[in-house]
Amino acid sequence: MMPDLGKYTFAVLASYGATIVLLVALVAVSFWQRARVKRALAEVEARAGKSDG
Amino acid sequence: MIALLLRDLRLSFRAGGGFGLGLAFFLLVAVLVPLGVGPEGGTLAKIAPGILWVGALLACLLSLDRIFALDFEDGSLDLLATAPLPLEGAVAVKAAAHWLVTGLPLTLASPVLGLLLFLPERGYLWLVVSLAIGTPALSIIGAFGAALTVGLKRGGLLLGLLVLPLYVPTLIFGAEVVKRGAAGMEIGTPLAMLAAITAGATALLPFAAAAALRINLR
Amino acid sequence: MSIWEYANPKKFMQTSAWALPGLIVLTVVCMAVGLVWGFFFTPDDYKQGSTVKIIYLHVPAAMMAINAWAMMLVTSLIWVVRRHHVSALAAKAAAPIGLTFTLIALATGALWGQPMWGTWWAWDPRLTSFLVLCLFYLGYIALWKAIENPDTAADLTAVLCVVGSVFALLSRYAVNFWNQGLHQGASLSLDKEENVSDVFWQPLVICIAGFVLLFVTLVLVRTRTEIRARRLAALLSRERLA
Repeated sequence: MMPDLGKYTFAVLASYGATIVLLVALVAVSFWQRARVKRALAEVEARAGKSDG
Repeated sequence: MIALLLRDLRLSFRAGGGFGLGLAFFLLVAVLVPLGVGPEGGTLAKIAPGILWVGALLACLLSLDRIFALDFEDGSLDLLATAPLPLEGAVAVKAAAHWLVTGLPLTLASPVLGLLLFLPERGYLWLVVSLAIGTPALSIIGAFGAALTVGLKRGGLLLGLLVLPLYVPTLIFGAEVVKRGAAGMEIGTPLAMLAAITAGATALLPFAAAAALRINLR
Repeated sequence: MSIWEYANPKKFMQTSAWALPGLIVLTVVCMAVGLVWGFFFTPDDYKQGSTVKIIYLHVPAAMMAINAWAMMLVTSLIWVVRRHHVSALAAKAAAPIGLTFTLIALATGALWGQPMWGTWWAWDPRLTSFLVLCLFYLGYIALWKAIENPDTAADLTAVLCVVGSVFALLSRYAVNFWNQGLHQGASLSLDKEENVSDVFWQPLVICIAGFVLLFVTLVLVRTRTEIRARRLAALLSRERLA
């Protein structure tokens, strides 16, 4: 299944690896912040006893 | 306007002002680099234009936060903002004062430092000319950076991070003029570009800096 | 019906909530198809060998790194002119994404340059301007973080973005002048004959579409987070006053 990358195996795999790590980190941070803010907002809105948003 | 210029000059000559500090820093860079690189004349002569320009740039950066910070703290910036003189004009004057106490001494001292770094003889004229034309841009760009960060308590590091990328074109063309001058090549294009950056920055950046100041004073 | 309706945070939240699930699916499909196709099912280039596969990461990331800054410039100007908060928050949300794409372009470029040019790094105009772009992103993000008042931060970063754009263009021209490049010309253009051949081109287009979709999706997600955070701060301060 793995394509034969010849003598450039390291360069190609490292490129894909680095890109995927960076993108996954970016997506993870974005969604983690989203979850955190959403939870905090829900808490405060429940306390305020109204939900107009 | 002239009164403001004189006031700023007086303040910077007084103890705790920026005068001399930048110059001493510039000298230190020129002394430290040979200590780090080694005393061979050939190597030093080759990197001298770049070192001198980078040194001038960093020396300029040192005193940038003084342009507005003190006036912001004691409230005189609010007075300037409401004065009949447009804030854009005040920014330009303050940048000019900054140039007179840092850029101009650096320019005048640069031949001595060129000597220390074995700058080839043909390069001296162009070193002084390029610094004379380029350092006003450093002051005015720096004034813009200082205006952005004036309200911040720990603005010093951030100021460097914001301003240094803006210095890139000036540095490239300035060092290029000296490099070409030292090698006896044609210097017309980089010199014209350097002058264009200074002229453009002087014409436009006071407006951006004044806008940033107004936002910070709100 | 005008585009300015979406400047209303509520309307923006509703519409983006409706659009996001589809966008996420599309993004995942495009990225997966493009990258799997590029990695597993493309031949090697006769000159570059298997390193040609890096193009599917490098070119889209570099394109979007520049486009992200352009988008930030447009949204900053909209904020300055029309004072729509969503616009300022979108610019803030886009900056870390642009920075990540810049880092990807630099990293994949270095990994490709090592076997091809024999060096990780060269002071080539394109490489140098990307490094400068990276610094601009860092400064922009740092300025947002440093200022407490959100409206002041939005205004000052918008001013920085406009001035920075001018200087970024200047730097681009300056580094061109300063050093002749190793980097090849544009990989894609509409009017030239010498494009990359079809076998590489088709997966590349899908990857570019994937990166564009990823950017749009993340901007929407992050802008929604910023809007919620703004509302959260407002509610908290109201609570403190009550």
